Amino acid sequence: MMLEIRGLTKHFGGIQAVDGVDLHLGEGDLVGLIGPNGSGKTTVFNLVTGIYRPDSGSMALGGENLVGIPPHRINRLGIARTFQNIRLFRNLTVMDNVRIAHHSHLEYGPLAALCRTGRFYNGENELHEKVEIYLSIFNLQNRKYEIAGNLSYGDQRKLEIARALASEPRVLLLDEPAAGMNPYEVGRLMEFILSIRERFRISILLIEHQMRLVMGICERLAVMDFGQVIARGIPAEIRENRKVIEAYLGEDISIE
Amino acid sequence: MRLLRSLVKTVAAYALLAGSISFLAGAGFVNPYWVQILMLACIVAISAQGLNIIYGFTGLFSLGHAAFYGIGAYTAAYLMKTYGGQSQAAFLAALLAGGGASAAVAYLIGLPTLRLTSDYLGIATLGFGIIMKVVFDNADSFLPELGGARGMTGIAKMTTIPWVIFFLIVSLLVVRNTIHSRYGRAILSVREDEIAAETMGIDTFQYKMVGFVTGCAFAGVAGGLYAHLYTFLHPSNFDFFKSIDILIIVVLGGLGNMSGTLVVSFGWIFLLEGLRVFLPPGYVELRWVLIPVLLIVTMLLRPQGIFGAHEFPFLRGKGAR
Repeated sequence: MMLEIRGLTKHFGGIQAVDGVDLHLGEGDLVGLIGPNGSGKTTVFNLVTGIYRPDSGSMALGGENLVGIPPHRINRLGIARTFQNIRLFRNLTVMDNVRIAHHSHLEYGPLAALCRTGRFYNGENELHEKVEIYLSIFNLQNRKYEIAGNLSYGDQRKLEIARALASEPRVLLLDEPAAGMNPYEVGRLMEFILSIRERFRISILLIEHQMRLVMGICERLAVMDFGQVIARGIPAEIRENRKVIEAYLGEDISIE
Repeated sequence: MRLLRSLVKTVAAYALLAGSISFLAGAGFVNPYWVQILMLACIVAISAQGLNIIYGFTGLFSLGHAAFYGIGAYTAAYLMKTYGGQSQAAFLAALLAGGGASAAVAYLIGLPTLRLTSDYLGIATLGFGIIMKVVFDNADSFLPELGGARGMTGIAKMTTIPWVIFFLIVSLLVVRNTIHSRYGRAILSVREDEIAAETMGIDTFQYKMVGFVTGCAFAGVAGGLYAHLYTFLHPSNFDFFKSIDILIIVVLGGLGNMSGTLVVSFGWIFLLEGLRVFLPPGYVELRWVLIPVLLIVTMLLRPQGIFGAHEFPFLRGKGAR
């Protein structure tokens, strides 16, 4: 088991944002986390990445505890994410965004950087090659000197995924990767997601509202409502699930 | 090989700059008064480069920069006066000790305050600056040599053109080489988005500390050079308004722009002194009207600072545009 979450709970004041959530992500899994707005999906991401501390419950990555570990350490353990409201380093170049994410995998020390020794140049050259790889996956290699904030919305979303990959995660959390994309771009994004899973052998957990993407590529789904997981299963089962339909559309409505 | 070549280039640039200015001054081509102003400009440039690291690159709003400048000045002056005499080696050690003292205090101040967000950090450093002014005013009560509110006298005149040029070049190299490395990029990511930086594996608290402590160390070294240039220290040289001066330089030069900070440091000092000469007697205090006007006009026309994103070639990174 790659990522294992048990009984995860978090409340903000009187609101139970996440209420006893269990989630399991195996090696190479592609799992979708869906649910109405405000059902606690993003809070789960914020808990897993250490931005919030859970009230109770356990989280482990490959057997290693994640509760109470600061976010940068969790990233180094192998979890990277993107954000629902894009959080790029907006005033830096596309290339720098990706280079920063690779920071903890570089080996040269402060003295090598200050004196610009051979070690520094070797490290930076290797980094440059890696950046090319990550950017070319998303067809961004020709825009590496552009300021990230000037990219189109779709490209910013792609750059966020490229940046997350550059931190060499084992588990990738995507928070609404298709938000604001047109149908053509969503199709491309689905291919990207499938190809990076193959290429980097990572497990992916994604939050998404676009059912075409969720139903199209996710192998398993978990549905959240009011902080709890109300259903789980393969996409075909979820589509028919009574509780899920009620969560999205309300009760006492007959569906043909 | 590359290291050797850049070392040779740097030393050559240093020798040329320091040699030619020293020659011009020594042969009497340049009035000693202006030589002193030139040295002051270099010192201010070092201190401003420090604040540029703190505010421009790391994004930490600090209003207490002059206090760290003062800590460096008093530390270096005290050590030199009590133990150093006239020795050049002792002077170097005293300057580094001044920088070290500022860095150490910055570390202690940073431990609680760097967890605050930018605006609150501004208030905290403002408070610290005011406390340090009071400490300098009453310093004679624990160390009589520091002079307290009467000022500290009897400091040896050690600061020379080769010394200020040396430290200016070193400070520029340190900033350039740090910023264009993984450490510099980590510092920039903290300024851009702390949460994103944390989730990408950057220990943001650590890099805030690195930026703050390094910037304050620059101020400390600059303070030591200042003390041994004017041979007299007074607490009013390190009050809140001196922090604002440096802040104005960094903002005018463009936050996070090394070239702009460098040019504006010189422009600022020479403008202040130049106006003293060129304004008719009796109107000299109009400087304090002209400079704010200039500041307002610049901010209206070039809010990104006079240099924007442009850097001098020798301050660019490897493989940058």
